[in-house]
Amino acid sequence: MLHLTDRDRALASGDLGPASAMAMRIITAIAEANGATGLIDVTSAHIDSCLYHGDAGLDFAERLAADGGRVVVPTTLNVSSLDLLHPHLFRGDTHLQERGRRLMAAYLAMGGMPTWTCAPYQAASRPALGEHIAWAESNAIVFANSVLGARTDRYGDFIDICAAITGRVPDAGLHRDEHRRARVVFRLEGISDEVLRSEILYPVVGHLVGRRTGTRVPAIVGLPTDASEDSLKALGAAAASSGGVAMFHAVGRTPEAATLEEALGGVAPEREVVIEQAMLDAARAELSTRTEGPLTAVSVGTPHFSLAEFRTLVDLMYRRRVAAGIEFYVNTSREVLAQAAAEGLILPLRAAGIEIVTDTCTYITPIMRDHDGVVMTNSGKMAYYAPGNLGVAVAFGSLGDCVASAIAGRITLDPAVWG
Amino acid sequence: MTVHPLLPGTATGPVVVLDEPLSMWGGLDPETGELIDRRHPQSGAMLAGCILVLPSGRGSSSSASVLAEAIRLGTAPMAIVLAESDDIILLGALVARELYGLVHPVVVADEVTYRSLQTGERVTIADAELVRD
Repeated sequence: MLHLTDRDRALASGDLGPASAMAMRIITAIAEANGATGLIDVTSAHIDSCLYHGDAGLDFAERLAADGGRVVVPTTLNVSSLDLLHPHLFRGDTHLQERGRRLMAAYLAMGGMPTWTCAPYQAASRPALGEHIAWAESNAIVFANSVLGARTDRYGDFIDICAAITGRVPDAGLHRDEHRRARVVFRLEGISDEVLRSEILYPVVGHLVGRRTGTRVPAIVGLPTDASEDSLKALGAAAASSGGVAMFHAVGRTPEAATLEEALGGVAPEREVVIEQAMLDAARAELSTRTEGPLTAVSVGTPHFSLAEFRTLVDLMYRRRVAAGIEFYVNTSREVLAQAAAEGLILPLRAAGIEIVTDTCTYITPIMRDHDGVVMTNSGKMAYYAPGNLGVAVAFGSLGDCVASAIAGRITLDPAVWG
Repeated sequence: MTVHPLLPGTATGPVVVLDEPLSMWGGLDPETGELIDRRHPQSGAMLAGCILVLPSGRGSSSSASVLAEAIRLGTAPMAIVLAESDDIILLGALVARELYGLVHPVVVADEVTYRSLQTGERVTIADAELVRD
């Protein structure tokens, strides 16, 4: 039985206007469907509904905005359909462009911050361990839960803005301890140090774990305990794409998994899976639909590139340039772009033939010019979605492979790490 | 038969049973109502006007937008029967009701009821009741 506070009931009855009443009706219907006994406060929201998927989503946002809907917690906005800083990159039709712009305007009118990024965790201020938040977008959700230890359930279209307007969410799912403990244990065994130190270990493990665990919380044993945030970002994004993972524990690295016992919360796992090199090889192969044929584009930064990744890319590109006819895109946020530009990292990349995309990303909106050849990426998420979304063939490799391929003008995979 | 209504209402139509979960995003064309996920066993099925029976949703939360859009365009199932509760499907139907006053019920059926439903038979859903016509 759902218990509402006086303030919840006042919101639902329209005391604070029709927008918060509609938002509260939707929140309580979801709470009841989940068997939640109450609602809890959130301290921030991240909105994914600002990406255009049809007029119903636009009607919803414009209705809320026209009815006086305003966010009551700091609210960041996910990528949209358009790159407002670099509009010449957009190749969709004018209908999509006009609808995309109106949708973005409605979310800004409600008080959303124009962050337009899928990586709000790369911003200066971010939620702390144990903080309840309402974040949408699968990679942001898995990063917040796993790496920051903040608590968000799997929010998405419509409920994200309802949470931002009411400041309330159902006390359910990953807000609660019992749903955050690991159900499945994955152990890396017999993996060489060279592979353990490689960057592509993370998206490959993420892809494999997602396929095997579905939506349950996995604990992974045997990852390097000094794994970078960018590595964990890549792991989470891949696991969220292939399996709907909203939280993982990297034992010895992530904040709720100092030990395997802590990750399991004192309950025996449903299943244990040993990950051997052959399984990594198979998972890595699954991420490519083609590793031969003409290379037309390289796309990195899905999720959005971090400052650390920009520094690495500048080093890899040093005194070299992208081969004629190859498109090379880096997707990032405005905030990270400004930081990278201030460090002098952007001019050399542009001079080398690299296009920077902000506010959106290359696999959700028409940006790439040529769809006939193979697109190369270091992102497990892009590798998973691009064949369906864009109808392109994908070759998956490390950032180093992507750069080497862009310079050579053909797919080049370094055999030194994984043969 | 009794079902658990997540979004109560009435609807009548022919049953279409899906053998696997469906992501509406990338799986349902809201312009036509066709099931367009080519890896899905029921790929090509027309879902407009049916009573859709499926184990659960899958994947992207953008599925809520796609379902609301299909309801707006009149290409959606008249009602959805699930084996387990699904927030994303429920949200799509809730928002369509809020915006357009179009009620497409969403219910959860117990295992016995769920398994008894066959593609092609006509059923009527009225809140917590599901009857064969």
